[in-house]
Amino acid sequence: MREAATPAQRLRRVLLTVGPGAFWLVLFVLIPTLIVLVVSLMSRGSLGQPVPPFGLHNYVRFFSDPLFLEIIGRSLWIGLWSTLLVILLGYPLAFYIAQSRYKEVLLLLVVIPFFTNFLIRVYAWIVVFQKEGLLNAFITAFGLPPAELLPSTLAVYVATVYTYLPFFVLPLYAAVERIDWSLLEAAYDLGARPVRAFFEAIFPQTLPGLLAGFLLVFIPAVGTFVIADLLGGGKVTLVGNLIQLQFGSAQNWAFGSAASMVLMAMVLLGLWLYARTQGERGLDRLV
Amino acid sequence: MKRILSFHAGLVFAFLYLPILVIVALSFNQSRFGVRFTGFTLEWYARLFSNERILEYLTNTLIVAVVSTAVSTVLGTLLAVGLVRYEFRLKNALRYLLYVPVVVPDVVMGISLLLLFDVVRDAIGWPRLSLFTIILAHISFQIAYVTLVVRARLVLLDPTLEEAAKDLGATSWQTFREVTLPLIMPGVMAGALLAFSLSLDDFVITFFTAGSGSTTLPLYIYSSVKLGIRPEIHALSTLMVGVTVLVILLGVLFWKKR
Amino acid sequence: MLFRGKRERKLGDSVAVQLEGVTKRFGDVRAVDNVSLEVRDGEFFSLLGPSGCGKTTLLRMIAGFETPDEGRILIGGKDMTDVPPYLRPVNTVFQSYALFPHMNVEQNIAFGLRMKRMPKEEIARRVAWALELVNLSGFEKRRPDQMSGGQRQRVALARALVNEPEVLLLDEPLSALDLKLRQELRVDLMNLQERLGITFIFVTHDQEEALVMSDRIAVMNRGRIEQLGPTEEIYELPKTAFVARFIGDSNLIPAKAIEPRKVRTSLGDFVLDDDDALIPGQEVLLSIRPEKIRLFRERPSLPNVFRAKVDDIIYTGSENLYILLADGQRLMCETLNHDIQEPGHEEFDYDEEVWVALTPEKLVVIQEEGHA
Repeated sequence: MREAATPAQRLRRVLLTVGPGAFWLVLFVLIPTLIVLVVSLMSRGSLGQPVPPFGLHNYVRFFSDPLFLEIIGRSLWIGLWSTLLVILLGYPLAFYIAQSRYKEVLLLLVVIPFFTNFLIRVYAWIVVFQKEGLLNAFITAFGLPPAELLPSTLAVYVATVYTYLPFFVLPLYAAVERIDWSLLEAAYDLGARPVRAFFEAIFPQTLPGLLAGFLLVFIPAVGTFVIADLLGGGKVTLVGNLIQLQFGSAQNWAFGSAASMVLMAMVLLGLWLYARTQGERGLDRLV
Repeated sequence: MKRILSFHAGLVFAFLYLPILVIVALSFNQSRFGVRFTGFTLEWYARLFSNERILEYLTNTLIVAVVSTAVSTVLGTLLAVGLVRYEFRLKNALRYLLYVPVVVPDVVMGISLLLLFDVVRDAIGWPRLSLFTIILAHISFQIAYVTLVVRARLVLLDPTLEEAAKDLGATSWQTFREVTLPLIMPGVMAGALLAFSLSLDDFVITFFTAGSGSTTLPLYIYSSVKLGIRPEIHALSTLMVGVTVLVILLGVLFWKKR
Repeated sequence: MLFRGKRERKLGDSVAVQLEGVTKRFGDVRAVDNVSLEVRDGEFFSLLGPSGCGKTTLLRMIAGFETPDEGRILIGGKDMTDVPPYLRPVNTVFQSYALFPHMNVEQNIAFGLRMKRMPKEEIARRVAWALELVNLSGFEKRRPDQMSGGQRQRVALARALVNEPEVLLLDEPLSALDLKLRQELRVDLMNLQERLGITFIFVTHDQEEALVMSDRIAVMNRGRIEQLGPTEEIYELPKTAFVARFIGDSNLIPAKAIEPRKVRTSLGDFVLDDDDALIPGQEVLLSIRPEKIRLFRERPSLPNVFRAKVDDIIYTGSENLYILLADGQRLMCETLNHDIQEPGHEEFDYDEEVWVALTPEKLVVIQEEGHA
């Protein structure tokens, strides 16, 4: 609304509405990020605290050590495959729910795990995968020796897919609900056979939801440390575990900050590519 | 095609619910180890309730959630109104800053706040890591979600309604209170609900900003799980899942009535 | 009322689309109830009726989006009842246009040809031809959301026509446009159809649209065809009260036959000039169009004359519409707005008593079962 107001009045209104929130975001989001950037350029003090001299040595160390590159590679790899598995499970499910007579109930069944505490969802898989767990009870029932399923990469995959599946299904469902099905008829009418018609007329309509869902799974899956910590314990180290370790027992905040900046740079790169194709409305789909 | 889709859906729902149901079942199992059901018992629930610390952790969790939600809802709603209604310098920068807490991995947000509190404490000797710092941290990510949810509602609002209010003699503040706020209330409520559940659910950021004496339920579960499986945790998880289901069902009933 | 030009239109003798006893049920509702009809090659054929009359369902069955519960659908002499839409030699212009939002104009139009795996150069050539056809050359790279409603409608038309269908199906293609644009596009559509010689089946609820554009019209109501015939016949000789009311305005007067060509009404006894003789005692409805009623200040020496009072007058520029009251019955009468005041073309005032004459040739007898 462009209403008549003196510059002073307008300034007062902006300060009253935007002021407190903007102040908060600058103090608790922007400044901390800058601190991480500064600390990542510092060195490790005798007690682990960051101290001068400043330099790029943490980054040099990160990118010259195959161990760290392997961690980055593994994080991306596990994140990517988990996300693809989530899509494989979630994409058809969203269509099934949207076309079901009981869609409200089914949606509720997706929402319940979505709102169930994150740690409980991870913990549940320990109960399934542990030595005396559900899966081994099943295996031994066939007379086979119990398997060592924990810690394992398999368990990390399963729990990651499990944890983030609802994050994908809900935005995709929103996209499927808005599908203009008359386009499918138009494609048939113009001679496209069923599979072709789906990919020409329906799939593109789900693409924005699919991309948003992809990021909603991929970003936290790459950044997680809890899942790998509890289910991959020691065996599977992701970049999140590396950061936690530097701020915990390894006591090297400067190096941990550098690792954080690397993770953040990867996320921002992905987001930048996404925003370029989807625009700001695409960013809103991530909420 | 339909049959393949429904078979697939059946498998996915089994995958989603099997682990949760296992925990619920085991919380009533007499056997301390393993998944063989040896008999029904409420012993683990009794033990859970005899643990006084649990109540303290629950209180901590709720204090953090309630206070942070209240603050972030007010700040986020005002921020959304200002962003939609006014033009000002650096507006674009602020808009992008808003997305940062949504997209940055929790672990990065956690350590950045840890560093901030550390830097400030070095300078002025305050604040030490406590419930207070957890609340500050939670508000910092909640505010973004509340703003974006409320803004989505605001942009759908017919601006002539506000013009009509002013035409009828309402001041800016009266217009906001009598017209704008009631109309965006569903968005504000949705934002608050989202903020509240994000706070309850958060482990990672809490993990980095909590100090001694500020343990929340997720922190407790994490440290217990690190020590190994315990039936008390089954019982606690079952209760938390139960509360989640109950709240969701109540929410659905509430919306249906409206 | 305007009709399609009467000049000789060359219609083939062969049948483009044939429906045989087609029925479609949705639950307990018979959306289409035992419909049989033939559409000739090169014909502009309209399915006209109110919403929910089954016209769109009928069109969707011809396109292949719905399968009839009973009956057969033949296109070009071949049974297509169970053939999926992508194998039928017909194309549709959808009411919502159903343009692919992620493709530009060119890609939308090329879609059908691409499905046929036509070579690239051939596709380009035909797309250019189709764009030219609908006057959209230069819009190749536009996206649908950057175009006006009328332009989108033309893209939809080009997208269908470029496939050279045997029959073009149009599902209320003009209903989303404003009046002026609608009138322009009517003419465009008619010219296009005449030029290409393609059979058009046109679904509409707008009687004026159907009358202006069609060679023949099938008026539908409650899943059935009320009347099927050449456009003028539908207007001049409605066979049922529904058709008389739905097509244009009509005055309906209940009557009882007293002689083979004479009826008794509450307004008096009227003589008729109808080919079909009536059976005395038979109850019928008389229909007469408002513009066929003549009014006089002095009693004229004409048959079928009675007194009425002017109850209301509506001036519409070129015409005066009188609402008359006679024996409790309301009649509408439309007269041209002349400067000349001669008998039969006089102007009247409110509450004036006038003489009404119903010309025998213009009185249409509707013999309907079950009317009281």
